[in-house]
Amino acid sequence: MAEVLVLTEHADGDVKKVTFELLTLARSLGEPAAVAVGDVSDDVVAALAAGGADTVYVASGTEYSEHVVAPTVTALQAALEASNAAGVLVASSADGKEIAGRLAVRTGAGVITDAVGVSDGFVAQQSVFGGSTLVHSKVTRGTPIIAVRPNSVPPEKNAGDGKRIELTVSLSDADRATKVTERVAQERAGRPELTEASIVVSGGRGVGSPEGFAVVEALADSLGAAVGASRAATDAGWYPHQFQVGQTGKTVSPQLYMANGISGAIQHRAGMQTSKTIVAVNKDPEAPIFDLVDFGVVGDLHTVLPQLTQEVKRRKG
Amino acid sequence: MKIVVCVKQVPDSWAEKKLDPADNTLDRDAADAVVNELDEFAIEEALQIQERLGGADKCTITVLSVGPEKAIESVRKGLQMGADDGVHVIDDALHGSDAPATSAVLAAAIDKLEPDIVLMGSESTDARMSVVPAMVAERTGRPQLTFAGKVDIDGDTVRVQRMTDYGYDVVEAPLPALVSVIEKINEPRYPSFKGIMAAKKKPVETLSLADLGVDVATVGLGGSWSAVEDFAARPPRSAGTIVTDEGDGAAKLADFLSTQKFI
Repeated sequence: MAEVLVLTEHADGDVKKVTFELLTLARSLGEPAAVAVGDVSDDVVAALAAGGADTVYVASGTEYSEHVVAPTVTALQAALEASNAAGVLVASSADGKEIAGRLAVRTGAGVITDAVGVSDGFVAQQSVFGGSTLVHSKVTRGTPIIAVRPNSVPPEKNAGDGKRIELTVSLSDADRATKVTERVAQERAGRPELTEASIVVSGGRGVGSPEGFAVVEALADSLGAAVGASRAATDAGWYPHQFQVGQTGKTVSPQLYMANGISGAIQHRAGMQTSKTIVAVNKDPEAPIFDLVDFGVVGDLHTVLPQLTQEVKRRKG
Repeated sequence: MKIVVCVKQVPDSWAEKKLDPADNTLDRDAADAVVNELDEFAIEEALQIQERLGGADKCTITVLSVGPEKAIESVRKGLQMGADDGVHVIDDALHGSDAPATSAVLAAAIDKLEPDIVLMGSESTDARMSVVPAMVAERTGRPQLTFAGKVDIDGDTVRVQRMTDYGYDVVEAPLPALVSVIEKINEPRYPSFKGIMAAKKKPVETLSLADLGVDVATVGLGGSWSAVEDFAARPPRSAGTIVTDEGDGAAKLADFLSTQKFI
């Protein structure tokens, strides 16, 4: 059976959940093989093996984090040449999509992004136009490259052999052209990453002020969730833009999405409509968000959210 | 200094978008067309760079668009905001081009124009792939400085804040380079009456694929490397349960979350 390459997302020795999801998906399409670049410890390789990788192609070096995107493309290309891979899966993150795009150009292969599923023959399922239309797409030229959204498949622990193979990668001057001179981490208060989180709790216009987000954050923390915001809230300066969910912001596809004080304009729906379960709290019973929800509460979020937070804490014991 | 800003004509974000069942491509007649919102931030950033460098004598701005006849409106919008001239790549063969094909046409135009800086929006609001800037960088051999929330030109170096999931990276590269911007990097200006009048006299060059040396077989539906097999309207979500809070809204919501095993 042909290998299916999965680009590993890892940081500080931890492999991200989305990589395990992609390995699970790869198992249904062929023989899962991970590609890991940068500082690849034995722990990373062991985690990938436990997650299902039969082979782990490793490109070690500091240059992968010192430069942007291009060196990783070169490493993936080397892994493609070293394997008999039938396809490449990457996470549909900002970096993942750029890596997929450049690899497609370099190898003369088609690319599909934002897939929410991949079936036999690398047929990708996408949800487009704010989730109103389901599309099946296929790469028609070259080895297919597909970027898959986090939370698209539940990860299964189905251990693979985890055979480590070092890649020989020669980076070009062009790969090194863009240099990272500083990394600035902004406080996330220990919350999961927005695009990866299983639960996202968002606030919108109804939150009313920057201080109002405290009730949204408290609920998120009780559920172990990430915090998101609608464009109305980020435009008003109540919450940082990097947490904006929707068109021109982040696209999330969590198990549970909670929209609080968000009307549910198409602009917002485009970023969250593939969420598995959707609930909303909104004062306006006519808000379009209620057309999407599995459960909705017509009420004031400033009353409902603190009560819900208490209730979640009580039930979690 | 020469800046080229790439702009795309897209269906209005607020309109219902549809695919055309005849060839599974976007039905561009079904919705009003506007300039891609994020591209307005790219135009504004170009204008601010031009102002910082000392005006049009020191730095020129060309607006570039690839697309059907109507795409000229997006070029005009850039000229009304203050860009100096425009280039419109138009060819019947382009219809149905995917991202690799579109990036090849943009790259050919950029190689012809030879700007110091290429500015783009980081995504289009119709396809939302966010890959074309990286692909154009790959094809033109320019360093990519994408998802920029701040741009500084320092002599022959361009430095940006690249927005990340955890905050931002400061990245830099020598010119010539390609930069894509996120929204909120600036506040795009509205064209003034004077700007609208002046735009009518600004030159717009029309180029075909042959002018750019792009083989028509490599673009359009036939030259694309991926294809839509089929599509369908998403089945409507089954109607959810809506309750009105009468002091027990939170408890009912908690019950729902418990039955769904989120608590």
